[in-house]
Amino acid sequence: MKSAPFQYHAPARLDDALAVLAETAGDDGRVIAGGQSLVPMMAFRLAMPGHLVDINRIEELAGVEIQGDTLSIRALARHACFHRPVIDHPFGRMLTCVAGNIAHYPVRMRGTFCGSLANADPASEWCLVAATFDAELELHSRSGVRTVPAREFALGAMTTALRPEEILTLVRLPIPPEQTQMGFYEFNRRAGDFALGMGLVSYRLEEGVAVDVRIGLGGIEETPRRLGEAEGVIAGQFLSETLIEAAAEAAAGGVDPIEDSQTTPAYRRDLARTVIKRAFDRAGRL
Amino acid sequence: MPYEQDMTLSINGRDYRIRLEPRKSLADAIREDCGLTGTHTGCEHGICGACTVLVNGEPVRSCLMFAVQAGGTDIETVEGLANGDDLHPLQQAFIEHHALQCGFCTPGFLMLVVGAMRQEPMLSEEALTDLISSNLCRCTGYRNIVKAVLQTARQGNAAAGTVRQT
Amino acid sequence: MDSSNQGYIGRSVTRLEDRPLVTGAGRFVADIDFSHQLHMRVVRSAHAHGIIRSIDLDAAKAMLGVRAIWTFTDIADIPPIPFRATTVQGLEPYRQPILADEFVRYVGEPVAAVFADNAFIAEDAAELVSVDIEERPPVLSAQHDPGEFAPGLGTEPTTIVKTYGDLDAAMAQAHGSIALTLEVGRHSGVPLETRGAVARYDAATDMLELHGAAKRPHWNRDQIAEMIQRAPSSIQLFEYHVGGGFGVRGEIYPEDILVCLAALRLRRPVKWVEDRREHLMATNHSREQTHLIRAGFDADGRILAIDNEFYHDQGAYVRTHGARVVDMTTSLLPGPYRIPAYRAVGHFRLTNKTPAATYRAPGRFETSFVRERVVDAVAAQLGIDPVEIRRRNLISKDEMPFARPMDALDTPVEFDSGDYAGLLDKALTAFDWNARRADIERRRSSGEAVGAGIAMFVEKSGLGPVDTVRVSVDTAGAVEIVTGSSSVGQGMETVIAQICAETLGVDYRNIRVIRGQTNRIEFGFGTHASRVTVMTGEATRVAAEKVKKKALGVAAEMLQISAAALELRDGCVIRQDSETAIPLGDIARNLGPTSRFSREREPGLSADGWHRTDHMTYPYGVHAAVVRVDRETGGVAVENYLVAYDVGRAVNPMLVEGQMLGGLAQGLGGALLEEFRYDEQGTPLSVTFADYMIPTAREMPKVEILITEDAPSPLNPLGLKGAGEGGVNPVGAVIAAAIDDALGMPGAITRLPATPQRLRALMSSAPDRRTARRLAGDGD
Repeated sequence: MKSAPFQYHAPARLDDALAVLAETAGDDGRVIAGGQSLVPMMAFRLAMPGHLVDINRIEELAGVEIQGDTLSIRALARHACFHRPVIDHPFGRMLTCVAGNIAHYPVRMRGTFCGSLANADPASEWCLVAATFDAELELHSRSGVRTVPAREFALGAMTTALRPEEILTLVRLPIPPEQTQMGFYEFNRRAGDFALGMGLVSYRLEEGVAVDVRIGLGGIEETPRRLGEAEGVIAGQFLSETLIEAAAEAAAGGVDPIEDSQTTPAYRRDLARTVIKRAFDRAGRL
Repeated sequence: MPYEQDMTLSINGRDYRIRLEPRKSLADAIREDCGLTGTHTGCEHGICGACTVLVNGEPVRSCLMFAVQAGGTDIETVEGLANGDDLHPLQQAFIEHHALQCGFCTPGFLMLVVGAMRQEPMLSEEALTDLISSNLCRCTGYRNIVKAVLQTARQGNAAAGTVRQT
Repeated sequence: MDSSNQGYIGRSVTRLEDRPLVTGAGRFVADIDFSHQLHMRVVRSAHAHGIIRSIDLDAAKAMLGVRAIWTFTDIADIPPIPFRATTVQGLEPYRQPILADEFVRYVGEPVAAVFADNAFIAEDAAELVSVDIEERPPVLSAQHDPGEFAPGLGTEPTTIVKTYGDLDAAMAQAHGSIALTLEVGRHSGVPLETRGAVARYDAATDMLELHGAAKRPHWNRDQIAEMIQRAPSSIQLFEYHVGGGFGVRGEIYPEDILVCLAALRLRRPVKWVEDRREHLMATNHSREQTHLIRAGFDADGRILAIDNEFYHDQGAYVRTHGARVVDMTTSLLPGPYRIPAYRAVGHFRLTNKTPAATYRAPGRFETSFVRERVVDAVAAQLGIDPVEIRRRNLISKDEMPFARPMDALDTPVEFDSGDYAGLLDKALTAFDWNARRADIERRRSSGEAVGAGIAMFVEKSGLGPVDTVRVSVDTAGAVEIVTGSSSVGQGMETVIAQICAETLGVDYRNIRVIRGQTNRIEFGFGTHASRVTVMTGEATRVAAEKVKKKALGVAAEMLQISAAALELRDGCVIRQDSETAIPLGDIARNLGPTSRFSREREPGLSADGWHRTDHMTYPYGVHAAVVRVDRETGGVAVENYLVAYDVGRAVNPMLVEGQMLGGLAQGLGGALLEEFRYDEQGTPLSVTFADYMIPTAREMPKVEILITEDAPSPLNPLGLKGAGEGGVNPVGAVIAAAIDDALGMPGAITRLPATPQRLRALMSSAPDRRTARRLAGDGD
């Protein structure tokens, strides 16, 4: 299972990377960051880029940054960056909790947050985070920068609005207030597998009433998304077990599940209900 | 050969000057161009972990990196673990606990654990089991691997002054 | 470890094999290179069934570095691979051609072989080979009526029927009966190392070498010789380190023949290493059977008769094992229970899937699932405790040796020894069965779906009929054992070294084991069927005893005393009650050809040992498990597991436990995770490690292992039985029983693997009866 031949570019500066991409876009020039999703596809020859633009040497793409209540995650921020909370805050702890569910330790050493978004796997944890918290994505090309909200970036399974000549250089996540309660739950058959379903919830309680409710579902549909119908059940109401179950029920009713040869839509609908409920169970413990 | 280029891989403290296509994986380059066949490839798609090596101290799946990406890094493979005839404590523990049978997955586990324990020396039993679930073994049923790793972790932590319980 | 011979047998010494493996100094087939070698890449059918209309090699041949590309016509003179292990006649037409001729019959079938200067070019060129196939509808179920394999040949090459006792009378007398349909999913050994082979023709000595052999090198050599028309003595097979076998590695496959032919015809070494995707669609599959089974029983739950009809999904061709798995399925289903009347009808059916053969406990993982489900069903129907019902059906130790009026592997099934009820008692104690059941009840009352299961089985091991080793001691006192048995990583070198060391009074670490090299010993019988400890172990003991006798005889002559006053200890001949010690190396030197001690003797401190047997040995076991089912997701967590196994005599208990643990992991895979699935076109869906799910460390339960030696085999002096398959045998059965119990749905699990999706479907269609009763106010 050897990759097909390609020309290799390893620029040290973003401008150079963008120039190569612009020139090779027609010959399927691809960016490689962590490579944890791309290289297996190349090994199976499902992807056969004529050019590989390795961005790992571009220092300006490194790291995460916190400015006020915005967390900026750059292209080379690895999953392992989040092994410890990047901010001493429930949001940081939530990201750490989520990161621990991504594949396995060695994959997290290399794989990147932005790479996951660009890959757009239906069961990508970071895609779920980006969708649930309405991330903003910065896409650079030789002609400039454009900012795209997460919900407009993810178009379907393995499909995004990223153009061939663009690099996803930065993702901005809003850091919610400190009293925000968040919970995450995923179900898979084995440790480290892609989840069959996952739920991510976030809310604040103001005297028992739930506000700023976010309910995100991943692994169930083609792309992870916020479930407005479920959020509507809870927002502005006193939070209770019954309400959570009703929200989970609304979630299950409103999803358009993906099908695979082993998993019926009915299974995924039931699972959607379960993962939302369990994400709520885990909320407030971070 | 299309697009071949020269590069240097630094493995276990030694430099190897090699010439290869960019599409050659780090795993294949280590094995074929540098003659270090202790690192094995079990799947070539990044799941089994038999190919795990350390790159700048971090355990990575060498089948998921191209060799050309590893220029300028310090690579460590299983051949570098022992100090002459003196085995690394983890190697010794594997032998004592019968943590290997066919031995094909063993180098991958050794490098995974050595690398991870260096990054985070105070891993709990649960975290270590989680770590061990990164790699596949078909022979041992894992229990003895966990025992060998726990013993080494406790000894290492004991040497460092503290042992963290689950 | 001290160096004195304080009885090595029974000690958990560390392995001789380990040091090179932990230091990365192992030599697996992919590690072997010869200069100027060619790389072979196989072009495989992308269709499950069809007729090859044309194969276009032009683009591929034009690629720089491609030396040759073969299709069937290039090797048409080579016959298909013969059978190794079957007495069933009439299977020859169903053998797989080395390269597809007119038909392709499974996705993955070799159609062409590319030989190129390196692996990159070989794969690039293979991608350019264009195979035009006129598709035919695939047969994807063994239960469909047989169709056409080829004109005049149907897809049920044979039906194996075995029967004993008066079935009709027994069923007529029965108090009750049950009928079940049970299915085991297609899965297989899937070792971490894929297959590979490197062939080299040494023109200087006219010797063809095949490197990377495994399992049965001598037999393979002889068959290859016949197929390619060379004398067996002009072919050498070399085994190095083997990354797991589990039955699937080491049979002759088309690729082995191709590299040999290519080395001879292209006059360059030829290297082939399979990738994982190929492995999952081209290396032997196993296990897929559907059983329609009826059982009649009396009012006390004694099974009076079993009538079983089953369909074995063989895949596209019959490989080296012929119909052996069906044979074993029919003969070994009754297990440890008396079952006075029995009939099994095994339909050996071909489908358009990867061909199947043996995988660790072949026919027994399947039949234990079936048999124990039957026992559990009878128990449920009569309201008898699952442990109690087993007691009532067990063959008692007073009935040993117990002959079943059937053959398995061409030997009559005769259990040599066994105390099944005794092991059951020990197992229940070791697992704290009653306390666990009480704990389960407590947890259930707080809503958890948790349950326990138990299963019993008899394994077979020590397959003969014969084995031989050569033991020799050199002038430094170092011992060498040469055997034609091979290693699959299980530690056989250490085990036979222990046996030899105990007999010869040497440090086991001073023993070198040479295995799997056909040029080092004339006869060899390989590693399979859990035979090595028994057969090679006993042959080793016999040879070592001869060496011992010879050494003592020479020493006696040297010292001018009776050999009875001498013993072997610490690598020396020791005169009892004295300081006199003659190192074995000195004895060896005194057996040099020109020495006076060699005048009346064969020179050399060495001997051949043989062991013959007409019967296999039958170890047995009891497994138990506690599982928790997540009702909402269908996920199963195996919390605790017991393996209780009587091995007759454990040469190295640590290694026996290792076999149990490894087998258990594979069994859990088969019970919960692993399956080769196909779509309606016959395209395999499980071709990566993401789809074919092997258990990780996280999926392993807490395991209790109890190894007993209560029933040594009377068939060899050490009482040995084999351990290779006792960990995997009943796992499907146990997990199924535990899940049923957890769900409160007896008999729910009729199909493996028990995936979350299947469990949810079961639960949705038939709610938990305990919950239903509770809701209805009946209480528990």
